[in-house]
Order: sequence, then structure tokens, then C-alpha cells
Amino acid sequence: MKHLLASTALILSLALPAAAQDYAPDPNAKAGGSIVLTYKDDVATLDPAIGYDWQNWSMIKSLFDGLMDYVPGTTTLRPGLAESYEISPDGLVYTFKLRPGVKFHNGREMTAEDVKYSLDRVTNPATQSPGAGFFASIAGFDAAGEGGLSGVEVVDPQTVKITLTRPDATFLHVMALNFSFVVPKEVVEAEGADFGKKPVGTGAFKLTEWTLGQRLVFEKNPDYWIAGVPYLDSFTVEVGQEPVVALLRLQNGEVDIPGDGIPPAKFQEVMADPVQAERVVKGGQLHTGYVTMNVTQPPFDKVEVRKAVNMAINKDRVVQIINGRAVPANQPLPPSMPGYTRDYGGYPYDVEGAKKLLADAGYPDGFETELFVMNTDPNPRIAQAIQQDLAAIGIKATIQSLAQANVIEAGGAGTAPMIWSGGMAWIADFPDPSNFFGPILSCAGAGEGGWNWSKYCNEALDAKAVEADSMFDPAKSEERLKLWSDVYMGVMDDAPWAPVFNEERYTMKSERLGGADELFVDPVSIPVNYDYVWVKE
Amino acid sequence: MAAYLIRRLLVSALILLGVSFITFVLLYVLPADPVRQIAGRSATAETVENIRRELGLDRPFLIQYGRYLAGLVQGDLGRSYLQKTEVAELIASRLPATLLLMLGAIAAELALGLTLGIVAALKRGTMLDQTLMMTSFVTVSAPQFVVGLLLLYVFAVKLGWFPIGGYGSFAHLVLPALTLGILGSGWYSRMMRSSMIEVLRADYVRTARAKGLGRARVVLGHALPNAILPIIAMIGIDIGIFMGGIVVVESVFGWPGIGQLAWQAIQRVDIPIIMGVTLVSAFAIVLGNLLADLVAPLIDPRIKLK
Repeated sequence: MKHLLASTALILSLALPAAAQDYAPDPNAKAGGSIVLTYKDDVATLDPAIGYDWQNWSMIKSLFDGLMDYVPGTTTLRPGLAESYEISPDGLVYTFKLRPGVKFHNGREMTAEDVKYSLDRVTNPATQSPGAGFFASIAGFDAAGEGGLSGVEVVDPQTVKITLTRPDATFLHVMALNFSFVVPKEVVEAEGADFGKKPVGTGAFKLTEWTLGQRLVFEKNPDYWIAGVPYLDSFTVEVGQEPVVALLRLQNGEVDIPGDGIPPAKFQEVMADPVQAERVVKGGQLHTGYVTMNVTQPPFDKVEVRKAVNMAINKDRVVQIINGRAVPANQPLPPSMPGYTRDYGGYPYDVEGAKKLLADAGYPDGFETELFVMNTDPNPRIAQAIQQDLAAIGIKATIQSLAQANVIEAGGAGTAPMIWSGGMAWIADFPDPSNFFGPILSCAGAGEGGWNWSKYCNEALDAKAVEADSMFDPAKSEERLKLWSDVYMGVMDDAPWAPVFNEERYTMKSERLGGADELFVDPVSIPVNYDYVWVKE
Repeated sequence: MAAYLIRRLLVSALILLGVSFITFVLLYVLPADPVRQIAGRSATAETVENIRRELGLDRPFLIQYGRYLAGLVQGDLGRSYLQKTEVAELIASRLPATLLLMLGAIAAELALGLTLGIVAALKRGTMLDQTLMMTSFVTVSAPQFVVGLLLLYVFAVKLGWFPIGGYGSFAHLVLPALTLGILGSGWYSRMMRSSMIEVLRADYVRTARAKGLGRARVVLGHALPNAILPIIAMIGIDIGIFMGGIVVVESVFGWPGIGQLAWQAIQRVDIPIIMGVTLVSAFAIVLGNLLADLVAPLIDPRIKLK
């Protein structure tokens, strides 16, 4: 996990050319060829300001670029459309020097005006971008609208200056988020709301066909600014395919990657077959599955009760339910996230200890409560296992198995005493520990409709989090991670969650696909980094 | 006839208005907020409120419904909340596939159902009859997801006779149409059997036999046209039954129809798409029934439209 820690040292690369710390290309990689991926659902949109699901996320990454990017297969930042950048000593001004000669798919050269237009657009309320909030540290964000952001200035066609209202250690990650990707003004204005169907960017691939409900074809951008990339001539995404059918087609040699993964019912069968198992790449994921407890209502307003729940859940058994496709978790952060506390043991599985804590809290005979869960497999089965574990210490939990939207609604409204997060669990937007706190554990997220379903609010920890995120200086990155580690340990002391497991990713690929394993479990591109994979024959 | 048609069309319009109102109410009271689906996980409270305002979802129910109706009468089904695409375009791009699948399914169920029904009627009381009726009972109750996967596995994966899902050629149509058709064929074979048995007892069939006509002539020329009448009326109703099945079948076979569109929209609480698909389906059912009623007197002059 060394490369993960390196992400915090990214600012050391200040003003270095990208190549210096870049990805070492696969020496065996060959150009040419095409691959086929499948998905069950049609792609919602390819507009980088709007698209926000794990299916379109990586496609948008291949169509567009941001000022910053990640080294393929890692969480290490590298410059993207920006050739270099400088940060002012107070951490408030970022000056990005753009790479010259980068062209949009329509042939026009990308300039600083486009960068400003794209940031103005994503923060303009009329755009309805779900990611607008990520840009809150940019000056003028509160007044964003038709007039644009006052904090984003075009110095010259190759230089953009961005002024912040507060130091923000995550800002370079935000500049690598899809929401910040650069779009050409004239095309966006000509297409209007249809831009998401007819995207034009600077990325390694361009969209050449989208037959609604059937397929999308992405073709190589021959003028891409990274020489030799991408390797593939094209990739086709076929939609409307059941995961089970996609697997059959992969076994038949018709599909290269089933985008929805290996269906749970088929997992053991695939892994038991050495030929098939060999084509499965396993990797970590910036994901944590947890049980939230609403701390504003009895009985979960008592910390002893919440700790008892933490000690009652047999996490190993829950992991078995999902065929071992996860590792037990003891804290909010996943192990592959910088800031993860390695020497923390978490609450042990201890039924007697849990019973004692319940008795101390004044519930010697337990109590009745409700456990909300999303109604798709394997989540109801996981909830049943948790229900049995809770019953063993006297807590009688009724399972409320609902559609995803309804569980999210109940969580946001604070009407769910307990929620198993499966199917809606937190997967990081960007690989930084702050991303696991703001929306799901901070006071700001605890408001009506927020994703902090425990309604947990510890102002001392909130202040610590703000302090950590103001430490933009790379020399202090270790100190910053220590501070984040402290924040999450503070969370565990209050135990608003019972962390249960961190899911692992299993990507299945066809025999003919080449490329390092890291590319198939790329932490920021799910299922794969399309720009760097290649075909063997 | 003209008066009948006008009255039926008016009633149809009222039915559609009712469907639109009920669906809109149901979606309005649904304990799931479309705005949160769009806003995703990291959105701030301001972002959520902003999106709500931009979509007009902060307005009172009647105003929202009024706006929708105002668009509807101008033929505007609105834009998808998530995809931002015109709902009319989304439906238009998928409707041909669904109509093709329905046609295929109707052909399959009639071919299977009528043949089996006639055979069962002619062999009434025999082992064959009982086996066929038992089979029809199984096919009517078999879950389409399972039937679809079974057909796919045997005929596409193992035997390789048909492509493994997808859309585009006649070969792609066979298995999904058969999956839907097998369900319907169960109903049709039972109906055809009883209808046929009744007709075979009729005087004119006895007369036909008495004057020495061949067995095939009697069955196909005299009995069948009369026995098939009640079946015709069923096809119109079938369209409604199919609407439920296509969601499953389209998903198993990767068939790009409106069933898939509806299913995804429901998952994502994309109200304009759900409304659009519901109205188009309701329209198809209303139209199907109307056509069945209009066709009936052409086949059987005894039926009069009032």
C-alpha cells in the first residue's frame, strides 16, 4: 500500500512535468483491437457536470480530462490538462499552467477560457450539478450563477488562477473529480440539455454512437495529448444485459468485461473453476459497509448501547454470506485509504460483553427496534444475520426491507433507528480521508435529508476535521493524516456506526485482455481504466 | 357506428386522464424523493434545494400536475430528471422493439396455443388431451424469468441455435417471443379447446360431417372460424398482460424495449419517464381493446356495436 501513502506527498511534485512521476507503460502493450463491455442499465448521461454513478463515472473519465488526474491503477495524483501548478504560501491561490496544443474532439484547441467556463457551469445552479458542493472553497461560490465564479480567473490563454476562501488540502483532488472536467462552451451551448448524450471533450476516446437502450461505441481519439494512449481502437458498451447472461456471453467469448461484475449466485461456481478464476482480478475498494444507529433517539442515544451493537455483530459470518468478497471492518475508513489506523483493533466480537453493556445502559432485557435495509440480494440476507446477532444479546430488530430510494429517504429524515448500508454504502468520490467524513459523519451531513443517517454530530471532531483540511502544505501531510486518524478514532469512541466490512472488487475479464492487474481494479475507474487496457491478439 | 366510435374515444381519453392522475398522485406520495436520487450522496443541502427548485418540485401538487397536463396536451412528455433527454425521444427509441416483441409473442402464443387447443379438443378425454392441458397449466404458472433463462441456456448457450440475447435480427426475436408466448399459449390452448369442443357439438358441424366432408375440411373450414371468435377479443386484452411480462423478458434477453426503460426509471425515481411509459402503455391497452371491439363485428356479423 506504499503507493497509496504517496498520494499525500503529491504536492512535492509541484511544477514538475507529468512524465517524471508517471505511469510506466506496459512493455507488452499493443495498439489496436476492440473490446465489449455489458451493463444491465442504460447509461444515464455522459455530461461530466451531471453524471454521478459508478457506471458512467469511468466512461466520463475516458471522454474528458480535468486539470488533475490519477496515475492509472493508483490513488496518486498527477497533472492532467494542467502541465504544472503552483500554490501560494498561504494556500489560497492555485495557478495552473495548461498543457499547450490540447484539442477537443471537434478539433478546437482547449484554453484557459474553457477551464473557467467549465467551473462556472458546474457551480451555476441552473446546471443542477450534484457535485456543485465540492467547489464550495472557491471564492465567489456563494454568488455563483450566470456571472460565474469570481475566484476563477483567466490570466492568459494558458494560465488559470483559482482563489480559495480557505485553505483546502483536498482541492487538487477536487480538480481531478469528473465534475471539474473541461467542456467546450460552444458545443455545450449548442446541445443544451442533450450534451449528456452528445459529449465532446479532450479525452482519450470520443463517443461515436449511442443507440438508446442498446449500445454506446467509444472510438480512439487519435490526437490524444498523451502519446500512444489509448491502446484500444474502440470499446463498445452493450446495455440491457442481465449479469447472469453477461457471464454466459463472456464464457462464450462474446464479451470482454461484464460491467456489473460476477453475479452473487454464480460467484462460487466461477471461482471453483481454475480457468475462470484465473481471469478474475481482485483488489481493494474505497468502500465501507456499516450499520448506522440514530443517536438522537432512545435507545441509541446511549453510547453503551451503540458499543454493544458493535460487539454483537459477528462480522466474519457476514463476510461469509457474501462468499468472502470482503474483509471485516473495524473503523469507518477502508484499509486502502490514506489515514487508515492500522494499530486499532476495533470492538471485539463479544456477546457477553455486549450484554453487560446493555445492562449498564439500563436495558438488561434488551429492546425492540427496526433495521432498515435495501431490498436487493444479498442485503436482506446480511440484515437477517445481523438480526440474529442482535437477538443473541436481547435486541429484537424487525427488518424493513425497502427499495433503495425509500431507505435513503428514511435515513435522511431520521426515521430509521438502524440502517444496514449495503447497496447504498459509502464509496469514496476521491481517495482522501476527508471524503468519508463530511457527508456521512459530520454535523453538516446530519441535517434533514443528509447522508449522515446516524444524525451524529460531534462539534469537537468537526473542528478537528476543518483543521486537518486546512493543512494544504505537503510537508505536513503526515501530520494531517494523523489528525484524520484521530478524527475517526474519536468517531469510534462515540460509535454512531458499527462498521461491518470493506468490500473487495472482483473484475472478470476475457482471456484476450491485457494490462496490469491494477488497471482492472483501478480505485477511481470502475470497472477498468479504459485508456490503458489492451488486447493480446 | 360514428357515434359509437366518438363515445369510445371520449371514454378512452377519460381513462387516460384518470391513469395520469392516479399515477401522478402515487408518485407524489411515494416516500422517495427524486431530487435526492439526482443529487447523489455528496450534495449539500443548498444543492438539493436548488435542484428541487429548478425542476419545479417545490410547487404544490396541483400546480405540478397542472403543468404536466399542460405539457401533455401539447404532446410534451417532459425531460428525464436524470438523463435530461426528452421522454418522448426515449420512448420512441424503444417502442419499436417492444411492439416487435409483442407481435412476435402474439404470433408465438397463437401458433402454439391454437394448435394445441385444437389437438386437445379433437382428442378430448385421451391421455394426449390430459397431458396438453396439464402442460398448459404449468406454462401459465411458470415464472418468465426462469423460462427465459432456461430457453437461453439450452438453445443459445448449449446448442448455439440463437444468439445469447440482444436485438437486431429475427434470430434475436425467437427466444424472447417464445418466452412470452409460452405463457399466453397456456391460456389460448385452454380457451381454444373449450371453444372448439362447443363448436364441434354444433348442428352445422354435424351437417357438414353428414354431407360427407373430410375431417380436415370440417375442422378447418367450418369449426375453426367459429371457434376462434372469442379468442380474437382476447388479443386486445393480451397487450395489457404482456406489459408486465416484457419488463422481465426484456431484461433477461437484453431487449431494448420500454419495459427496461420503465424498470430503470422506477429504480431511479425518474418520474417523467415513469409517467410517460405508464401513459403510453395505458394508451396501448385502451387502443388494443378498442380495436378488438371494432374487429369483432367484421368477423362475426351477429355482433353489433352500440
